[in-house]
Amino acid sequence: MAMIEIRDVSKWYGTFQVLAECTSQVEKGEVVVICGPSGSGKSTLIKCVNGLEPFQKGEILVNGIGVGAPGTNLPKLRSNVGMVFQHFELFPHMKVIENLTVGQIKVLGRSRDEALRKAHALLERVGLKDFEQKNPGELSGGQQQRVAIGRALAMDPICMLFDEPTSALDPEMIGEVLAVMQDLAREGMTMMVVTHEMGFARNVAHRVIFMDEGRIVEDATTEDFFGTPRSDRAQLFLSRILRH
Amino acid sequence: MLGQLDLSVLKPSLPFLWTGLKFSANLTLIAMSGGIAIGTLLAMARLGKSRPLTAVASAYVNLMRSIPLLMVILWFFLVIPLIIGKPIGAEYSALITFTAFEAAYYSEIMRAGIQSVAKGQVMAGYALGMTYWQTMALVVLPQAFRNMIPVLLTQTIILFQDTSLVYAIGAKDLLKAADIAGKNYNRPVEMYLFSAVIYFALCYTLSSIVKRLQIKLAVVR
Ligand SMILES: Nc1ncnc2c1ncn2[C@@H]1O[C@H](COP(=O)(O)OP(=O)(O)O)[C@@H](O)[C@H]1O
Ligand SMILES: [Mg+2]
Repeated sequence: MAMIEIRDVSKWYGTFQVLAECTSQVEKGEVVVICGPSGSGKSTLIKCVNGLEPFQKGEILVNGIGVGAPGTNLPKLRSNVGMVFQHFELFPHMKVIENLTVGQIKVLGRSRDEALRKAHALLERVGLKDFEQKNPGELSGGQQQRVAIGRALAMDPICMLFDEPTSALDPEMIGEVLAVMQDLAREGMTMMVVTHEMGFARNVAHRVIFMDEGRIVEDATTEDFFGTPRSDRAQLFLSRILRH
Repeated sequence: MLGQLDLSVLKPSLPFLWTGLKFSANLTLIAMSGGIAIGTLLAMARLGKSRPLTAVASAYVNLMRSIPLLMVILWFFLVIPLIIGKPIGAEYSALITFTAFEAAYYSEIMRAGIQSVAKGQVMAGYALGMTYWQTMALVVLPQAFRNMIPVLLTQTIILFQDTSLVYAIGAKDLLKAADIAGKNYNRPVEMYLFSAVIYFALCYTLSSIVKRLQIKLAVVR
């Protein structure tokens, strides 16, 4: 059974179709990169996976549990799925350390001590152990995104979703965030990553999905994708993006 | 005329005025706490997905904001005893009225406050597995509240001034106390003047604090 199973998912905003018959799956331990032009539905698709966006047709299973199915405990499902946002979305009214403990304590019901131990270990891991008492606003973008990754990992997720985690960052900070993600992939984390970082895709991803106008038009192994992408749109996209 | 002011009557009436001021202050604090609590729920109802709840909350807020406070005070004073079947006294009536009335104004402030919190913050709360109520309590409301502190306090200063209207139903607030003392000593001008000075001093001090807070919050952001 795949970790994430997306079957024939369609979604409309009014009469506008954002997602059209999307089908794919992510195996346990697999890293899948999703790319495609702006507005092609990448964020929408990845938000459907943890039920942040509802969809009207098709089904998505995460570890066998139907995301859109009636009776599914969505908060519980989401607590198992880590998500990292383009704009970090750290809680600005909490210290860095509280950002890493709040979910553990309030959602998972862990004790304060246990949550703190976990948070310390994760801050150390993302290279920010001296920052625990800082406010998020005092950190650089790259540091904030690393804290955000730590916050998601603190919940011991079974898979991680990334929505353009580096596109709001200054170029010199992109590397530090990608490095953390790369480590995570090496350790076998199941990851769905919306990104335009083709270097990351080449080195880390097992598969690449290319989306256009709400459709999955390419779904290939990394080798195949960078070797011979089949659609014209994907080729055009790649040639544009790889030029710089 | 000012030369004929007899300020010596102030001192013996201070304890009495103090009782009045204490009631005004209590009324303000209770109506503020209750008003913010109920106002926050009203704001959440207005922004929520349930149509009927939104409609009821909107109707309530718009109604309260369209009627003069003095009329609400008088109406509640007449109607509450009819509903519960026994008189409750001017003071309790005032507490209930002000809480209910101010809730409408605080709800508008909290609504703006909730809307001032970025949508991504709600997503982040949900993504961690928080329920709607947890996301509200842990993520949205603390930020909404912090963003709105100066406006909430400004509304509270207005509320404090408005509490003088309970004079109309005979609740013993600062103004009523000054009125009674003025009649007792036959020195109404001195008493009204003195109570005005107290209102001014308190409101002015509070406004200055709000102003300083605004500057401080602006710097933090
Ligand atoms: N809440 C919304 N209401 C209407 N249209 C939306 C909404 N959110 C996104 N869209 C539209 O859906 C399309 C896909 O958006 P998105 O998934 O964010 O694309 P991507 O992440 O690939 O840039 C875009 O055309 C966008 O304008
Ligand atoms: Mg996007």
